[in-house]
Amino acid sequence: MSDVVLDVRNLRVEFPTRKGVLVAVDDISLQIRRGEILGVVGESGAGKSMTGMSILGLLEPPGRIAAGSIHLSGDRIDDLDDRAMQAVRGRRIGAIFQDPLTSLNPLFRVGDQLVETIRLHTDLDKRQARDRAKDLMREVGIPAVEERIDSYPHQFSGGMRQRIVIALALCAEPELIVADEPTTALDVSIQAQITALLKRLCRERGTAVMLVTHDMGVIAETADRVAVMYAGRLVEIGKVEDVVRRPQHPYTIGLMGSIPSLRKDVEELQMIPGAMPRLNAIPPGCAFNPRCTQAGPRCRAEVPRIPGGHSTGAACWLAQTGTVEKGEAA
Amino acid sequence: MTLRPDAILEVDALERRFDVSAPWLNRLIERKPRRTLRAVDGVDFIIRRGQTLALVGESGCGKSTIAKLVTGLHAPSGGNIRFHGDRDRLQMIFQDPFASLNPRWRVARIIAEPLRTLRPETPEAEVSARVDELLRTVGLAPADGLKFPHEFSGGQRQRISIARALAGEPEFLVCDEPTSALDVSVQAQVLNLMKRLQKEMELTYLFISHDLSVVRHMADVIAVMYLGRIVEIQPTADLFANPLHPYTRLLLETIPDLEAPKRDRAPMGGEVPSPVSPPPGCSFHPRCPLAFERCKQERPERRSHVHNRRVACFAAEEGGPDVR
Ligand SMILES: Nc1ncnc2c1ncn2[C@@H]1O[C@H](COP(=O)(O)OP(=O)(O)OP(=O)(O)O)[C@@H](O)[C@H]1O
Ligand SMILES: Nc1ncnc2c1ncn2[C@@H]1O[C@H](COP(=O)(O)OP(=O)(O)OP(=O)(O)O)[C@@H](O)[C@H]1O
Ligand code: SF4
Ligand code: SF4
Ligand SMILES: [Mg+2]
Ligand SMILES: [Mg+2]
Repeated sequence: MSDVVLDVRNLRVEFPTRKGVLVAVDDISLQIRRGEILGVVGESGAGKSMTGMSILGLLEPPGRIAAGSIHLSGDRIDDLDDRAMQAVRGRRIGAIFQDPLTSLNPLFRVGDQLVETIRLHTDLDKRQARDRAKDLMREVGIPAVEERIDSYPHQFSGGMRQRIVIALALCAEPELIVADEPTTALDVSIQAQITALLKRLCRERGTAVMLVTHDMGVIAETADRVAVMYAGRLVEIGKVEDVVRRPQHPYTIGLMGSIPSLRKDVEELQMIPGAMPRLNAIPPGCAFNPRCTQAGPRCRAEVPRIPGGHSTGAACWLAQTGTVEKGEAA
Repeated sequence: MTLRPDAILEVDALERRFDVSAPWLNRLIERKPRRTLRAVDGVDFIIRRGQTLALVGESGCGKSTIAKLVTGLHAPSGGNIRFHGDRDRLQMIFQDPFASLNPRWRVARIIAEPLRTLRPETPEAEVSARVDELLRTVGLAPADGLKFPHEFSGGQRQRISIARALAGEPEFLVCDEPTSALDVSVQAQVLNLMKRLQKEMELTYLFISHDLSVVRHMADVIAVMYLGRIVEIQPTADLFANPLHPYTRLLLETIPDLEAPKRDRAPMGGEVPSPVSPPPGCSFHPRCPLAFERCKQERPERRSHVHNRRVACFAAEEGGPDVR
């Protein structure tokens, strides 16, 4: 069997509105293998969370998957009914969100929440489940587990709470974890602990991880591959060192240049002029063309795509064909 | 502290305590004592005219409280703040540009407000000409004045806050995490704008951020805070080249590094302790790799180690065990 855990093909997510259909995710394809961390970056509104939510089956209506498919270790999951999807979500895909409180019930002790989740997905009895809960809490680095297991969520710090959420996501030993900005609300020292934990899980259990964040530093130190999104589309995907060091898409190049350096002194940061278009005003052709200094006629007419295979490349006419003129080298 | 002729702000032994006791009745029933939290615990620094001093440190270390003390939104519980400028020309920019802009006002009215407060006699035509000019200064168009805040993106909203702050003809700007809510590409636009305005108008900034790469880009001097105190203060280049306090080193070692990623870094353990009951002695000692006996009992004061380089740490001061 192949080791592809997540296989997203030509995913399209739409929001029907009174003024027309908004396309929040436009023809995204990506794969994550066993033990691999795929970072997903892009600015606010680029469609990162919508992609994650589609995989988790948590798109809120009227949002819907309008085209494409999602397979988990070979099984199609995007067309499952709610009940079947709920089972997949608990057992085979774990979710970690930015705010740990969305995943924890404030009225129940964390130990009870862990035990309940473990029992839902395994056939351990109450005692065994409690032991397993303690093991998980230890694994994610909660000190003094015997004392902390009967505490309520609000009695933990933000970083500790996020670790409990990770423990909760691990209860059923999922094949895939979707982590949407898991460390954005946390301090650097706690952030480093959480990302180290994710990396260890990946290595030791072979879990596949989709890590959504806008922090390129975190991506550089955590992800194996990275996907860059812009206005609902995938603009670049590849090995993390390639995308960070040798970005090909003009948007990725601009993004890298706009990050203040920890070493180099510059008077002015590089800027990408303008702003990402709203969903109701995406220009024809390449969505980046109004901001791109290299744009040409072809960019305004035809949508560039990541070349076949989907595992590396840039959705840019210039990067792919060396020209932005129409019809040439196509 | 000596008064320096070029200092626009001098902060001396500044303290701010908060009463975080349970309500009176609960205290009576549960026999709990009063509890105070020292959000700012003996802080001093000066800022020179036209320069940027940055406060960095992890969540809850007291950065915003200092910002509020300097702008007068909080009264100090001890120490003093001497501002050698015009109080009316001290403005603030907040982290969340949406929460700080009145959603029911059009942008032109929002920007005009400080101007109307500063000079109520200004004729309407002049006010609106000034608003148009400010909108252009921050990279927006005069027509944007007719819109409401919700019609703008995050970066544009932060530009509106900056335009509003500039309308008060500031000489001193307190900026509390001005780009933390923004995307990096938008952040670059706002930071470049702030630097340009500083040069053109000789502005002084008290700049607060938890992002060390942003602070490195913006600040002349950096003060590193931990649990309400400044543990180290140095000119920017020196702080990065030769951090003296173990906590500063921890911070510098922990930030994810885009240019030289450390993919197998071992994260430093421990969390920031509660500011209500900080550890005795040096409050960093439970997490400090260099801690020795004295650190658990005595509190290190901030001494000048070298000129303009001050650090509150026994090890750094004594050239103690294992210090560069
Ligand atoms: N209910 C909705 N109706 C219409 N559009 C929506 C709705 N929910 C989300 N969107 C749009 O879908 C797009 C993608 O949003 P998404 O949350 O995936 O962005 P993101 O990349 O996760 O951004 P962020 O970094 O801010 O989390 C956005 O432009 C958003 O405005
Ligand atoms: N009004 C208040 N009443 C009680 N405690 C307060 C009050 N304001 C702040 N604090 C406490 O004072 C400490 C310092 O808070 P402050 O907001 O200054 O931190 P900060 O460094 O700005 O953190 P962040 O990076 O999270 O913004 C915190 O422990 C906070 O909980
Ligand atoms: S396709 Fe054209 S407009 Fe789009 S990024 Fe490439 S060169 Fe720029
Ligand atoms: S005083 Fe002691 S505990 Fe505090 S930072 Fe210095 S060496 Fe560490
Ligand atoms: Mg999101
Ligand atoms: Mg703050």
